[in-house]
Amino acid sequence: MRVIRDTGWMVMRQARNLMREPIWIALLLIQPMIWLLLYGQLFSRVPSLRGGASTYVEFLLPGIVVMNAFFGGTWAGMSMIADLDRNVVSRFLATPVSRLSIVLSQVIRAGLTASIQALVILLVGLVLGVRVHAGVGGWIVVLVMGALVAMVFAGVSNAIALLVRNEATMIAAANFVGLPLVFLSATLIQKSVMPDWMSNLSRFNPVNWGVEATRDVVVVGGQWGDVGLYTLLLLALTAVTSGFATWTFRMYQRSL
Amino acid sequence: MDAITVQELRKRYGEVQALDGVTFAVRDGEVFGLLGPNGAGKSTTVRVLTTLTKPDSGHALVAGHDVVRHPNRARNAIGYVPQDSGIDRHATGRENLMLQGRIYGMRGANLRSRVSELLELVGLADAADRVVGGYSGGMKRRLDIALGLVHRPKVLFLDEPTTGLDPEARVAMWVEVDRLARQESLTILLTTHYLEEADQLANRLAIVSRGRIVVEGTPDELKRGLQGELVTVELGETDGRILDAMRMVEQFPGARETTVDGRHVRTRVPNGAQAIPTLLASLDSAGIAVAAVTTARPSLDDVYLHYTGRDFAADDSEAVAA
Repeated sequence: MRVIRDTGWMVMRQARNLMREPIWIALLLIQPMIWLLLYGQLFSRVPSLRGGASTYVEFLLPGIVVMNAFFGGTWAGMSMIADLDRNVVSRFLATPVSRLSIVLSQVIRAGLTASIQALVILLVGLVLGVRVHAGVGGWIVVLVMGALVAMVFAGVSNAIALLVRNEATMIAAANFVGLPLVFLSATLIQKSVMPDWMSNLSRFNPVNWGVEATRDVVVVGGQWGDVGLYTLLLLALTAVTSGFATWTFRMYQRSL
Repeated sequence: MDAITVQELRKRYGEVQALDGVTFAVRDGEVFGLLGPNGAGKSTTVRVLTTLTKPDSGHALVAGHDVVRHPNRARNAIGYVPQDSGIDRHATGRENLMLQGRIYGMRGANLRSRVSELLELVGLADAADRVVGGYSGGMKRRLDIALGLVHRPKVLFLDEPTTGLDPEARVAMWVEVDRLARQESLTILLTTHYLEEADQLANRLAIVSRGRIVVEGTPDELKRGLQGELVTVELGETDGRILDAMRMVEQFPGARETTVDGRHVRTRVPNGAQAIPTLLASLDSAGIAVAAVTTARPSLDDVYLHYTGRDFAADDSEAVAA
């Protein structure tokens, strides 16, 4: 299949380009650690925040995984804008390359990056004494959740990028949706201490779906039904947002 | 056989009629130039022919394939070098070329040897494994052209190939394009807003103005079509006698399109070399001092002025300002 083959080449191109940016790699690895250590310290004295977890770091780790994935996804459209600005996209469009692969590769790259970050966070957590209660299966769920949350929002981000085609507007839009979605979730504190309206809204927040599933496997373990449901929801939403991004790509082509 | 056939292309962007019935044909193996100021419709024509955009109406065949009905067949037959470089700056020259080849379905040893051959051909063999970010403008442009050639296309589109290059790199690029046209037995369609470039490179050219082709032919045909050489007489101290001078020049047998500009009187005569002595003698006998006389064969600038009724340089800067 042309789509799969071309998407593969496009993902490899992006991955290789990122590997060439040492500062980017450093930030990619250090940033989640800072969040884990900083927030871990900040809220560690407030036991009511951590739910059933034995330490706040254990409670926080799933949140940090998802928050990283979420922000990574939100910014994914920036590289689409760079490719548009630098005519890389027009060059590709004059070739028989699969149009879908141009958008999908951005989404998949965001997912892969988030998985790698999730692995780093899990390893740092291991050093800090965090055990994943669901075992090896739990580790896999954490990586998959990172990828899915990133992909859901990479779809949205690419769609915005293709509609606005401007970095400044893109940054404003990403910030606009970014923080509210993090705070409307159990990312940093457990649900029972949230105001009711927030806790109700959070049920429709895909960031929260990721947090719930990840926290299930890290803190509790064994609640595979819930985890399965959240996985399906996020998969479906990934399809929707990627579809939306593909549609905006057609709009962009029509504007040429 | 024609490599490109374009019939009555029309395309509108909002208020702007970018293409207003563009029709022309490019023969197999020739370098064809689309010449015109910025905003005339050259790039839009190229975007239609390279399948990047669809025309509102009209037909276009490239290498025998209808660009609207069978875009992928056309894409396999063409190479496209966008107006501003389309290179991936974080990749090396070789990596850029390898990916481009893979997109066209090339693989393995076949692809590797083609990439090395092209790097050699455009003189980037030594820089092949350096990241493109460090290339000079001319090197980037040569890589752009190599990218358009990976899959051995039949037709290559060069959209403003030398815009943004310094004069030295521009001349080098002309040599390069000329050589490639022959070595790779390509049909090349290039757009340019440099009259000199069209004159140097194109076997035939079409002048585009406001979405239409106003004239088409070889550069020589177009210039010969104007008939007559431009004679410019620069007066010394005019003492208000510039109009007398103009009247005398105007009455000279065969003189056409006589104009005055400051101390310069310009006119067109069938043969400049024959006209000058007589012209000078009559001005001299009237006591009008002449500082200099020059004669020039018609340039493409004159061709442009003649067919559009507007000055090329003015049109170009007006389009940029708009």
